[in-house]
Amino acid sequence: MSDPVPLLNVQIDGIWHQFPKGTRVIEACAQAGKFVPRYCYHPKLSSPGNCRMCLIEMGMPKMGPDKKPELGADGKPVISWIPRPQISCAQDIAEGMGIRTDSPLTRECRHGVMEFLLINHPLDCPICDQAGECRLQEFSVQYGTAGSRFLEEKVKKPKRIALGPRVTLDDERCILCSRCIRFMKEVAKDDVLGFVSRGGHTYLTAYPGRPLDSNYSLNTVDICPVGALTSTDFRFKMRVWFLKETKSICTSCATGCNTVIGARERVIYRQTPRENDDVNSCWMCDYGRLNFHYVNSEDRLTAPQIRLNGTLETSDWGPAIVRTAEELGRFRPDEVAVIASGRMTNEELWLARRLIETLGTPHHDVVPRWGEGDDLLLNADRNPNTLGAQLLGVANERPGENLARIVARVRAGEIKAVLALQEDLLEAGFTAGDLNRLTFLLALNILPNPTVEAATVVLPGAAFAEKRGSMINAKGRLQRLNRAIAAPGNAQNDWEVLRELLQQLSGTAGPYVIEDVFKQIAGTIPEMRGLSLSKIGDRGYQLEDVEDVPAAPAPEPAHL
Amino acid sequence: MDIPAELEAVIDEVIKHYPVSKRSASLPLLHLLQEHFGYITDQAIEWIAQKLEIEPVNVLELVTFYPMIRREPAGKHHIRVCRTLSCAMAGSYRLLETFCKHANIDLHARDHGGHLLKSPDGHYSIEFVECLASCGTGPVCMINDDFYEAVSDEEVPQLLQKYQ
Repeated sequence: MSDPVPLLNVQIDGIWHQFPKGTRVIEACAQAGKFVPRYCYHPKLSSPGNCRMCLIEMGMPKMGPDKKPELGADGKPVISWIPRPQISCAQDIAEGMGIRTDSPLTRECRHGVMEFLLINHPLDCPICDQAGECRLQEFSVQYGTAGSRFLEEKVKKPKRIALGPRVTLDDERCILCSRCIRFMKEVAKDDVLGFVSRGGHTYLTAYPGRPLDSNYSLNTVDICPVGALTSTDFRFKMRVWFLKETKSICTSCATGCNTVIGARERVIYRQTPRENDDVNSCWMCDYGRLNFHYVNSEDRLTAPQIRLNGTLETSDWGPAIVRTAEELGRFRPDEVAVIASGRMTNEELWLARRLIETLGTPHHDVVPRWGEGDDLLLNADRNPNTLGAQLLGVANERPGENLARIVARVRAGEIKAVLALQEDLLEAGFTAGDLNRLTFLLALNILPNPTVEAATVVLPGAAFAEKRGSMINAKGRLQRLNRAIAAPGNAQNDWEVLRELLQQLSGTAGPYVIEDVFKQIAGTIPEMRGLSLSKIGDRGYQLEDVEDVPAAPAPEPAHL
Repeated sequence: MDIPAELEAVIDEVIKHYPVSKRSASLPLLHLLQEHFGYITDQAIEWIAQKLEIEPVNVLELVTFYPMIRREPAGKHHIRVCRTLSCAMAGSYRLLETFCKHANIDLHARDHGGHLLKSPDGHYSIEFVECLASCGTGPVCMINDDFYEAVSDEEVPQLLQKYQ
């Protein structure tokens, strides 16, 4: 065990506090409830101290002739104040340090810094995407002065610059804090941004022919305290104050970056990272961040469909479920296969597992989805919940292993019915001919695909942003999705669809709310014992030793 | 861009002076390439970046920050007039104007960090520079590598005569 970090006494605005040694002055102030405004400082990046917004008054204990601190009437050290203001972002606290965050001098400093920052700023807030979440706006209100003494011409700088495929730059709004430069150098390890020219003419740029095209480029937009860097995708789409923000997770790979989904009514406008030091720090990749537009697609499946006389006809839920159950009742257990998805939530996978058990089929798996990973956040496993599928016994240790066998049995005429849950079977190794060979094909999905087109029954499900549920990331962290928007039309939450199907097949009542589904899981899967959906919390819950969990044994087929 | 072997040998030697970070050799390398080629091209920026294993934008930052690094050729003779305080008070602004008048340079073409002021025939170019380190004898100027102190307006035509 290492020694505990010693606590140091620090006086902030007249009150003594204790903080662990190594705490930044700016962080100590925030912890004491005295927020110090800042632009360039970011806790995950180096501190260049260039914006000067965090100036405070600082002092150290006055030393007596015996080289010991002089004590005042209250028995605390008397502080000898440094006459000039100090930046609080680049210095750690020290024993007996005094800080003033709200003195006349600090207020004057903030007025001055704000006035300088706004000299060349275009003040185009009405058409700026950052408006509403702009530090320059907020600190103008809190720490600035209403007027400006600037009568001269503002410096003109480059505008509407495509720094890369996903980031647009307005140099006139830039306050030269260098957060983006430091992020690209220190975190993304792709040092493509820099400041050129000097003085009031300095501006941010990328070297010609070296665009900001890193897969992490949009994080620069998040950390830009002003509207200089904007997302080309989100730009001019929606005023941010209209966005309803929902905490969720990214489902584009097995990392499960924590996110905030910004939506208005039934449309998702953006996805941004949410800080979680156990998963993604403050970042997420561009690929995951922008991978939501399909949810807003015009082509979404909005009503169940049943094949009648060769064509798919729109139906209500009742007939679609009844038809599915009737059809499934005509097959022997080993004539049915269930192809589920590593994109399904634990709750959905649990019900899929129940479905597999009810049908008694030994033929089930998920479709593996591999891509190229990187050293930062992007996992090579593009399925967000492979561990969940394994833990809940829908897939074994080698997800996708059974697919080839299932396809072979379809070709041999041994498997006659397939339930395709959130997957296109063409991605599972089936051909269009294989789909036509099936007597019955159920497609539970959100968008049309060849499987949907060939299906006997189509059930419209919900996208990741339209449902609650949980997933387990590659490191065994159980995390929650939350519902940001409603599913379109008559589409339903997948877990409810699976429950209806189970009820119809087994004749028993299913769980009423998703919490009950989770309760069933927690009551059965040892790794999740004692947990509930609400206990997972916004930052997830680390499961113990999930990698060691053997896949649940395949259910005994009723007859082979 | 052709870097002669002798120049590259000098460059390699200079880089050795910065064992902690090769990046620190950026400015010395810019000076060496400017001395050799007369100005800094995009290719020079990219060559330095590659040599020092940094991104070209890191070199571009320096090139655009320091006025003494040129992006285009200077005139046949390059004049530098000091504009820092002592020289300014001793009349360097007027001296700059006088030089421009006699060298046929349009002073109004000046912009921030922009192009070099040059006579139409390219014979002379002029730059208003920071301190040339002779504050007691202002206004001072340099023509090419020659240093002139306490330059009066009357001397200017003669001085230019020397540089044909």
